[in-house]
Amino acid sequence: MKKIVNFFKSFLLLELLKGMSVTGRYFFSPHITVEYPDEKTPQSYRFRGLHAQRRYPNGEERCIGCKLCEAVCPALAIKIEVAEREDGTRRTTQYDIDLVKCIFCGFCEESCPVDAIVETRIYEYHGENRGDLYYTKPMLLAVGEKYEEQIAQDRAADAKYR
Amino acid sequence: MMELLQTLEQNGQQLLGPFWMPLWTLVKIVIIVAPIMGGVAYLTLAERKILGFMQVRPGPNRVGYWGLLQPIADGVKLLLKEIIVPSSANKFLFIAAPVLVLVPALAAWAVIPFGDGMELANVNAGLLYILAMTSVGVYGIIIAGWASNSKYAFLGALRSTAQIVSYELAMGFALVCVLLAAQSMNLGDIVRGQQTGHAGLFGWYFIPLFPMFVVYFIAGVAETNRAPFDLAEDEATIVAGFHTEYSGMGFALFFLAEYANMMLISALAAVMFLGGWLNPFHGWPLLGALTDWIPGLVWLLAKIGFMLFLFLWFRATFPRYRYDQLMRLGWKVFIPLTLVWVVVVAAWMQTPFWLW
Repeated sequence: MKKIVNFFKSFLLLELLKGMSVTGRYFFSPHITVEYPDEKTPQSYRFRGLHAQRRYPNGEERCIGCKLCEAVCPALAIKIEVAEREDGTRRTTQYDIDLVKCIFCGFCEESCPVDAIVETRIYEYHGENRGDLYYTKPMLLAVGEKYEEQIAQDRAADAKYR
Repeated sequence: MMELLQTLEQNGQQLLGPFWMPLWTLVKIVIIVAPIMGGVAYLTLAERKILGFMQVRPGPNRVGYWGLLQPIADGVKLLLKEIIVPSSANKFLFIAAPVLVLVPALAAWAVIPFGDGMELANVNAGLLYILAMTSVGVYGIIIAGWASNSKYAFLGALRSTAQIVSYELAMGFALVCVLLAAQSMNLGDIVRGQQTGHAGLFGWYFIPLFPMFVVYFIAGVAETNRAPFDLAEDEATIVAGFHTEYSGMGFALFFLAEYANMMLISALAAVMFLGGWLNPFHGWPLLGALTDWIPGLVWLLAKIGFMLFLFLWFRATFPRYRYDQLMRLGWKVFIPLTLVWVVVVAAWMQTPFWLW
């Protein structure tokens, strides 16, 4: 009996009509595409984009060269050299992040005891040569200076969850 | 309008003598082919738009307002591209194949009636001519597949040939039913046979021959190698099928031929089953009087547009058939079904219950 019912079902193309009704319905539904350069999706304050190095409000750089970020980095994208500055504090002489290696996991940011290395919301950047995406300490500090306001705001928003 | 044409024809005859007929026919051919080419171009845009809408995305919308210049951009791109001939391909056949595919797809339009008496050639065996022309297109595909000297192209050509030949039978039988009902092979007469005093669209052949209409259209989808029967260009298994090795204008010609064939199948469906240029509301109270002023060409184009929309709707909905399922459907379902229906229609026509 079931066989006969199924025979007529397939003969009358019922399943096909059902499928077509689904696509027909979607034909009239509004499209959900975000037309990227014109429109952008909302971003979380936890977004992990381009890296930046921060400074204290008095202009002193935060990084103390503890190398925790270098140790935790799963992609081995961070390279740090440390030396004593004239005033006797421990500072980095070299702090490089190879963005080609980086997987944007955010571990460096999490491991940092002084919130020196952070990941910003910036994701629209590019390099025209391979070396352009090898970010050195001055470049990271420059990013930090430029976007400090946004970075501080995002850290404040996330503070109660950390 | 008609008077203008008549005076034009008389004066032309006097002015050019024996050269008038070829020239006039040429003009008519251009009038038919140019809109078809434009239609093909915009059908590609329509396809991408409709597929996009059914997948809840906007489709192409960057080139021109609402993407309306996209087909032109595509055409220019294909024109400017290099034509690469594979080193071990048969050069002559390789270049001839796209032409052999496109020409029959356009030639078949010669007998399509766009209105009462508005056809390029009023052939009494128009239906046979169309069946012949659509079959000739297969040669282009075989030659393209063979001349490319590529495994994928060859497999694609074999698949496509087997598919077209198989479905041609079912399609032929479906058209035999129309032929029985209309008792003519002249496409104009077939449409006139669907003209009734007051029934409007109920006088059309898709009502008594509904199963044949469905079979014809599905076979038409298979014949044009469109989804879900696009095994000939199954990108998952054979890259792009018979046109794998083609680039630039060669590829564009295959593309044009595919879409021109789609339009041809739609136009035939409109002429055979949906009353061609006839007004669907003709003779109805109120609606008939309201719509009778619309020219027949508009109705025909609307019907063709509807069938083309179905083509695209199918593509958006159905997954691709497996090859053995395709052959099973063609040989074990459609051919017996159409054979039975030919007998049914022939018997039905002898009874007083035949109202068409």
